[in-house]
Amino acid sequence: MSHDDIAFHLPPAPRDIPAAPAGPAPTMVPLTIDGRAVEVPSGATLIDACAALDITVPTLCYLKTLTPVNACRMCVVEVEGARVLAPACSRQVEPGMVVKTRSPRVNLSRKMVLELLGSSVDLSTAPGLAEMMAEYDARPERFHQSLTSAPSVSSAALASESASSASSAALGESASSAALGDSASSASSVALGDSASSASSVALASSASSASLAAGSVSVASVAQPVKVDNDLYVRDYGKCILCYKCVEACGTDAQHTFAIAVAGRGFNAHISTELDVPLPDSACVYCGNCIAVCPTGALMATPEFELRKAGEWRPETQAVTDTICPYCGVGCTLTVHVQDQQIVKVTSPFDNDVTRGNLCVKGRFGFEYVNRT
Amino acid sequence: MDLHIVGAEANAAEREAVDQLLGPPSTGWHGASRDIERDGRSAAGGRRVSGGRDQLLPALHAVQDAMGWVSHGALNYICARLSVPPAEAWGVVTFYHLLATAPRPAAVAHVCDDIACRLHGAESLCADLEARLGHAVHRSPCLGQCDRGSAALITRAGPEPERFVIAPATAGAIVDALSTDARPESTAQPVVDAAAAGDKGARIVRRINVADPCSLDSYRHHGGYAVLNKAIAIGAAAVIAEVSAAKLLGRGGAAFPTGRKWQAVAEAPAQPHYVVCNADESEPGTFKDRVLMEQDPFAVVEAMTICGLATGSAHGFLYVRGEYPEAERAMASAIAQARAAGLLGPSVAASGFAFDIEIRRGGGAYICGEETALFNSIEGKRGEPRSKPPFPAQVGVFGQPTVVNNVETLVNVLDLLDEGGAAWAKTGTAGSSGTRLFCLSGHVAVPGLYEIECGRTLRQAIALAGGLPAGRALQAVLLGGAAGTFVGPDALDMPLSFEGARAANATLGSGVIMVFDDTANLHDTLARIAQFFRDESCGQCVPCRVGTVRQAELLHVRSASSVSSAAPASSASSVSSAALASSAQSVSSAALAESASSVSSAALAESSVLLSELGLAMKDASICGLGQTAASAIESAFANIASLKGSEPS
Ligand SMILES: Cc1cc2nc3c(=O)[nH]c(=O)nc-3n(C[C@H](O)[C@H](O)[C@H](O)COP(=O)(O)O)c2cc1C
Ligand code: SF4
Ligand code: SF4
Ligand code: SF4
Ligand code: FES
Ligand code: FES
Repeated sequence: MSHDDIAFHLPPAPRDIPAAPAGPAPTMVPLTIDGRAVEVPSGATLIDACAALDITVPTLCYLKTLTPVNACRMCVVEVEGARVLAPACSRQVEPGMVVKTRSPRVNLSRKMVLELLGSSVDLSTAPGLAEMMAEYDARPERFHQSLTSAPSVSSAALASESASSASSAALGESASSAALGDSASSASSVALGDSASSASSVALASSASSASLAAGSVSVASVAQPVKVDNDLYVRDYGKCILCYKCVEACGTDAQHTFAIAVAGRGFNAHISTELDVPLPDSACVYCGNCIAVCPTGALMATPEFELRKAGEWRPETQAVTDTICPYCGVGCTLTVHVQDQQIVKVTSPFDNDVTRGNLCVKGRFGFEYVNRT
Repeated sequence: MDLHIVGAEANAAEREAVDQLLGPPSTGWHGASRDIERDGRSAAGGRRVSGGRDQLLPALHAVQDAMGWVSHGALNYICARLSVPPAEAWGVVTFYHLLATAPRPAAVAHVCDDIACRLHGAESLCADLEARLGHAVHRSPCLGQCDRGSAALITRAGPEPERFVIAPATAGAIVDALSTDARPESTAQPVVDAAAAGDKGARIVRRINVADPCSLDSYRHHGGYAVLNKAIAIGAAAVIAEVSAAKLLGRGGAAFPTGRKWQAVAEAPAQPHYVVCNADESEPGTFKDRVLMEQDPFAVVEAMTICGLATGSAHGFLYVRGEYPEAERAMASAIAQARAAGLLGPSVAASGFAFDIEIRRGGGAYICGEETALFNSIEGKRGEPRSKPPFPAQVGVFGQPTVVNNVETLVNVLDLLDEGGAAWAKTGTAGSSGTRLFCLSGHVAVPGLYEIECGRTLRQAIALAGGLPAGRALQAVLLGGAAGTFVGPDALDMPLSFEGARAANATLGSGVIMVFDDTANLHDTLARIAQFFRDESCGQCVPCRVGTVRQAELLHVRSASSVSSAAPASSASSVSSAALASSAQSVSSAALAESASSVSSAALAESSVLLSELGLAMKDASICGLGQTAASAIESAFANIASLKGSEPS
């Protein structure tokens, strides 16, 4: 190039990797958790502070690589002076906070969260859930017992109920076991005769008019539904979905920016959906499988695992798990290959990997058939 | 973002409806037909385009109004126009109950079957209409017309869409409204009374039934816009000082000091600031903000303008619930007149200070009254509440510092500035300054809106409304709406002030006083309240999403049992049963047989334990006030109402 003034000059090559410019040192925030003092940088969350003290907080919708949505409420802790519990996964620390992670209020809320999920969602493939249920003494079947075996109540049964409740005080206090035992037997003997007939007559009347439920009995609403199998790569079993929003975040602004799925509907009808619930092949999905990677319940599952589970042949304890590098392109994502019986059955990527943060593309996650066939 | 818009295309009428709102599309990249010369060598995208996301709900309304429902093609067109991913737009359209995603008759009646109207036969009205009109009838939560007995919102889709309310509504009037093109003349003047408003007489309601709500001149003639001039003269800091001196507490339910809120926004370093007037009034039993907007809309405009001046905001949003077409029309007209008179715009009243107001219409979602859900709704997202902190004064609508106030709160500012904050605060009690609007409904002789000095008693309020119908005894009063508390006759001497209510373990909430005499079936009311929360939960957090369902189920069982013991042939259980049937599950006959044969009161006691544990978890662990209060009316009813004590959770 002859025109010097527009020539491009390389900057001098650095000899060392330059250090990051020194930012202001983070202010440390002192707080107390379960009676122990701790200091964490400002901007940290309560769950970070708990981690600094090796206190484990149970979580369902939280993942380090995603923006907290604080939807599941499993991680709630008690902050002294606050009216309600705080989600540890997203609440930022404040100086002087006094936090309890296992108070009776905390335990009750966590137990109820587990029971509410357990009574409405199939949690059978959710890792760690059974242990949480046991730890918090959660018994989701309580709802079914109460709602399906309880009062379709004749006046006699109601009378005996009020008799028993007269002995105990206001809301919040449980009936004494003696009263429970007594009235249980008397009520059921009364009930057998006349409430059976009255309930069925009510049922007839109301079902004739408006396809509504029988008075006195109610089904326990759940999200049970058929599995969606509409493509070769992964299945969506929303009967197992706890609506943690993780897949939506992974498909959206936290990783993939594809926006193929979102939460639709409202209240108990809220669910993960493509537009108009079209099958995945008609949606924007690019089959990166990043949603599968973050799903905490197995609602989203790659097809090989789904098929093996269906056949009763999914045996994670026998699987060899090996980290390697994706063979397809120059990004060089770390793949974690799960091998069972000499076949690759699943590919994931570590969430703490700098390159992938757990995310892959369709090739890395699903393009392993050629290995299995050689 | 790589938009993937495939499948159905919008028809001409759908495009026209959207284009009327957004203007014609600029390029083939945004919904115009493809033109290789114009679009072939350039693409447009990125922030500048996706910045239109907040027009999503208005665009959906435009299509709903014109077509009666939002088709896949219309949704795709809106997505192309606004650069919104179709899955997200679907998430938004399915969030709002006034938007339909399947074809339905052009004219539809949304008929209230909520707690106040149920006392006046709403259940049989709805059942009758459903039998006669089928899909053209939709049950609705409270329409904010509880002073009129029963109510229906009529929506008629077409090129000239119509939305209006009939109240009081009869089956005949609703059938007529659906079968003709006529629009009934608007209803009678509301009952508005300020006999107990204190020494200074009527304040908030003083222009109602006096000034002409359609005329700026009339508003000015009755003292309007004098306060804005005063505010401009004394400046922002002095305005906030007066509001603080008046100790005005928010009237939207949370009773937060308004002065502190304004101060925080005024001081917030981030720019721009926004004003949001919360006119989403959806708390069952509440109709005060509707009456204010319909009867004194310029006051709302003037008060918002003062709020903008005080907090350094140039832009205000009025978020009005979709079930209030009359209020929306009144406000739109008032805003237009104020703008034409230079009282809104780049230089308000020639002061050099800019302020304007944009109306946003809700889509049928109680939760959008929660301030952060309201922000999300304005931004074109699902109306899901955000986690607080951060609070709106720091991070509000569009992530900017935002002052959000209830309509009544704002209107109070006019009088307090006029009188001076300290003088104004002499009315009322030490902890609750000023007067409040109470919405009396249910079993009172003269339901209506009563402006009452804070600190008068509940007994006085009910007496103002003419007391109970002759020969009836008081069974219960619901204070504060579905999120409020039931009190019994023993609480009649409770002072109507924040501190008086707190001392009685009650809440005044949004000013609801709903009276139930001894003929009311409270089991039915409780089941309907439980159903309300189940329907209105946004679905974000587990304690509320599933907890409100379980609570409704448990209450349904109790309500049904009370019915079979008390009144054999009753409509009481059919609310909840009809509504429950809309949930995903249908009852299995196996479960039915089982329940019939194995009734035990041990199970009933267990259900009481469940109810109370549910209540605690919802209160403690829910994200927002909806879940946190979803059990409070029910728990207070079992605790305070004698007639329910027999079936009280143990
Ligand atoms: C579920 C829910 C619904 C609400 N609905 C309304 C409403 O319709 N109108 C209103 O002014 N405030 C409503 N609020 C309260 C608002 O969040 C907010 O506190 C209020 O608008 C603030 O205004 P204020 O300070 O003037 O009262 C609601 C709150 C919750 C939790
Ligand atoms: S596979 Fe990828 S693109 Fe498809 S839904 Fe999941 S995250 Fe979105
Ligand atoms: S599918 Fe899985 S990741 Fe997605 S919301 Fe449901 S449980 Fe969470
Ligand atoms: S409490 Fe209910 S309404 Fe509020 S965020 Fe949670 S689910 Fe939504
Ligand atoms: S983990 Fe914190 S709310 Fe889900
Ligand atoms: S309008 Fe029907 S309950 Fe309010």
